[in-house]
Amino acid sequence: MFKYTVRRLLQLIPVLIGVSVLVFVGMHIIPGDVAVLLLGDKGTPEALARLREELGLNQPIYVQYFRFLADALRGDFGISLRTRQTAWWEVRQALPMTIELSLCAMSFAVIVGVPIGVLAAVKQYSLFDSISMIGVLISVSMPIFWTGLILMMIFGGRLHWFPIGGILDEGVNLQRITGIHLLDALLTGNMEAFWSAARHLVLPTIALGSVTMATLARMTRSSMLEIMHQDYVRTARAKGLSRRTVLVRHAFRNALIPVITVAGLQLGILLSGAVLTETVFALPGVGRLAITSLLARDYAVVQAVVLVAAFLIVMVNLMVDLLYAQADPRIRYE
Amino acid sequence: MQKRLIVLLSLLVVLVMALSAYAAPAPAAETQAGGEEAAAPASAAAEEGEKILVVALGADPTSLDPESVMNNESGFVMSTIFDGLTKYNKGTSEPGPGLAESWEVSEDGTEYTFKLREGVKFHDGTDFNADAALAELDRVINPDNPYYVYNQEGVHSFATFTWGLVTGTEKIDDYTIKITLSEPHAPFLASIAMVWSGMMSPAAVEKYGFDVNYNPVGTGPFKFVEWVRNDHITLEANPDYWGGAPKVDKLIFRVVPESSVRLLKLEQGEVDILADVNPEDYTRIEENADLTLLRQPGLTVNGLTMPFEAEPFTDVRVRQALNYAVNKDEMNEFLYKNAAITAATGMPPILMGYPKDLEPYPYDPEKARELLAEAGYPDGFDFTLLCYENPRGYNPVGIKMAVAIQEYLAEVGVNLKLETLEWGAFLATRRSADNQDMGMVGWSGDNGDPDNFLYEMFSTDMIPVGNTSHYSNPELDDILITARTVTDPEERAKLYEQAATIIHDDAPWLFVNHTLQVRATRANVDGFALNPLQMFWYMEDVDLK
Repeated sequence: MFKYTVRRLLQLIPVLIGVSVLVFVGMHIIPGDVAVLLLGDKGTPEALARLREELGLNQPIYVQYFRFLADALRGDFGISLRTRQTAWWEVRQALPMTIELSLCAMSFAVIVGVPIGVLAAVKQYSLFDSISMIGVLISVSMPIFWTGLILMMIFGGRLHWFPIGGILDEGVNLQRITGIHLLDALLTGNMEAFWSAARHLVLPTIALGSVTMATLARMTRSSMLEIMHQDYVRTARAKGLSRRTVLVRHAFRNALIPVITVAGLQLGILLSGAVLTETVFALPGVGRLAITSLLARDYAVVQAVVLVAAFLIVMVNLMVDLLYAQADPRIRYE
Repeated sequence: MQKRLIVLLSLLVVLVMALSAYAAPAPAAETQAGGEEAAAPASAAAEEGEKILVVALGADPTSLDPESVMNNESGFVMSTIFDGLTKYNKGTSEPGPGLAESWEVSEDGTEYTFKLREGVKFHDGTDFNADAALAELDRVINPDNPYYVYNQEGVHSFATFTWGLVTGTEKIDDYTIKITLSEPHAPFLASIAMVWSGMMSPAAVEKYGFDVNYNPVGTGPFKFVEWVRNDHITLEANPDYWGGAPKVDKLIFRVVPESSVRLLKLEQGEVDILADVNPEDYTRIEENADLTLLRQPGLTVNGLTMPFEAEPFTDVRVRQALNYAVNKDEMNEFLYKNAAITAATGMPPILMGYPKDLEPYPYDPEKARELLAEAGYPDGFDFTLLCYENPRGYNPVGIKMAVAIQEYLAEVGVNLKLETLEWGAFLATRRSADNQDMGMVGWSGDNGDPDNFLYEMFSTDMIPVGNTSHYSNPELDDILITARTVTDPEERAKLYEQAATIIHDDAPWLFVNHTLQVRATRANVDGFALNPLQMFWYMEDVDLK
């Protein structure tokens, strides 16, 4: 198990190098001169020349790439062209918000999606099954952007149940420790900020988590159905175990294995969904940082964001693989 | 089995915690954290009766050092924190007294002596006086200063634009300074009123170095409290402001990227002022009694250039014919959703020196055909128009403008072939000396001085970078150069009236329109007024009823 983990961690290196090549080349083949773009209408020829020199744009692209790689290995992702902070600082500022939002969305998806899937499977072809599966189909098909706006208009605009966008109410202060608002509020015992952040997080959590919730519900349902028709489930019933015990101890646990896989894969989807959710709900996370930087051609920050995102996804996938072994005793990593 | 599960789960928790802990700056080691340090340590919710004014911005500012940044959002915030030596009179683009109470200009127009306002303090308690002003100027004109603004990688600055002609500064006494220019330059007084010329506390520069970008200390009506990236900037009232204490206790600039969400927040009362409004929403705001829509012509001009040296545009009748052939009012109404007014010349009508009786070319296709026939083109001609695609500040519809004009011109026989280039390539092509195509063109003003429009885009000196039509008229050049040296505002205004009229008659551009600046407020926001520079000046006068 330890060896396996180390091997997987070593695999991270080629993955990150591959990602860095892709993002670097991608950013640089977009047509147009960055210097002209940055200076806009006000760029004098001298200012343009100076900026090109500063950015190293006069050099061949492979030289630029290796310079970037050498710096990145030392933890230096360069300076944001937009804000002149280090790119790494920008990412560190924004990352906790995205982690908070993704964890909330994932929790929502699991807490709501898995029980729906189990119930739908247990009561296959019942009214509950039909209604929930139609609902699930609808939410999996709705674009996050649209879901977000509709939720905001109904529950924020019409019903006034939740605030519209942002993370804390005006005038509520919260000391930053981890950058995860709910956690910081608990750590500092600031319940006012906790409830403020919680109220602000409800709608974005639902908007971002609904697609994953729907995917998990469908996955759980089909996985449960498959397991429930297996011989060993019938055997367990035949030896006199209650239906409930069989469902919980024998069927559900085995049905979870594919669900864990899907949940792990969904984390990538949550990260990309965060781009839209954070934009709609005005949350200061990495997704919005990515889009702002991309539009401003802020190379350094885009590269840093993509590399960090790739790192996170690889790490989560690793954790998912390790969790398999826990859920399914037949799986062993040696 | 159970044990391993627990170990794994705790590993997961630790990893998440570690990631987020690493993701957050450790306050002690983090000098760049800026406002984070200044944040109140624990909950200090809105005190009873505290007046909080909230302004929604579409994007996060990038820096709050006036000399090191050029984007609007940063300007909006800085205009409430800083004052310059001069300050635009309320609602105008004319410079009046600011941190300098009065000034004298030498006969030859090269020496400016400023009498500074006494008793003004920066927000950190530092006195504002001749030493402070000269220390600030040193930062923008002296390359040997350790915090010279251009010593920051990739900095965008107006420093050269504003202070580039300064050859010397001198302290006359504690409250008098003299600034010497290498040549007479009348727009100087307007340039130093720009938000980008705001005076930063020298003690703050000493303390933070280049990190004053994130720790602004000025003399303005509001003091900087904290900046949470991509979320909000909090300012509090400066009760000792020399222009009068602000009427609200706190001013918050909140970043809300989605325009529909901004409007929703305004409707719900979560924000009080929208810094910019989507044209689609004008009616919805006007029909809502709780909201107010404010608009006035902005500091922009938008149109097409006609190559001055290329047939058939060497004939002024052809250039005028094209101006008659396009129904600009109709474009403004339907394409620009009433967010623009028709242009008559190369500068917006809110500026000093705009000729009051100057009317735009009316829509008259008959007249256009006559003029074309007189010029020897009864059947029109074909020509290439260089286009950019994306919306610009001075042209929010992007290439749709060119498509509309193409249709109008086709009716008088002038067939345009649209050639679309990506923005960078577009600029490079437009600015090359040998380009002889028509082109989309536009400008957003910097300092509110007519020189910044007319000299920039219509003088022979500025061919080919600013003056992309390569238009050249010696009579006009004389007027524009004289207007740079004359210091009497009335005399300057007369010169610009002449210049603007000559440009109208010579028609080197197909003048299209000036975009309006539009803002929306809650109806209970009192005392908020627009100004040509589009900045948030005079926010000390704003109150919540």
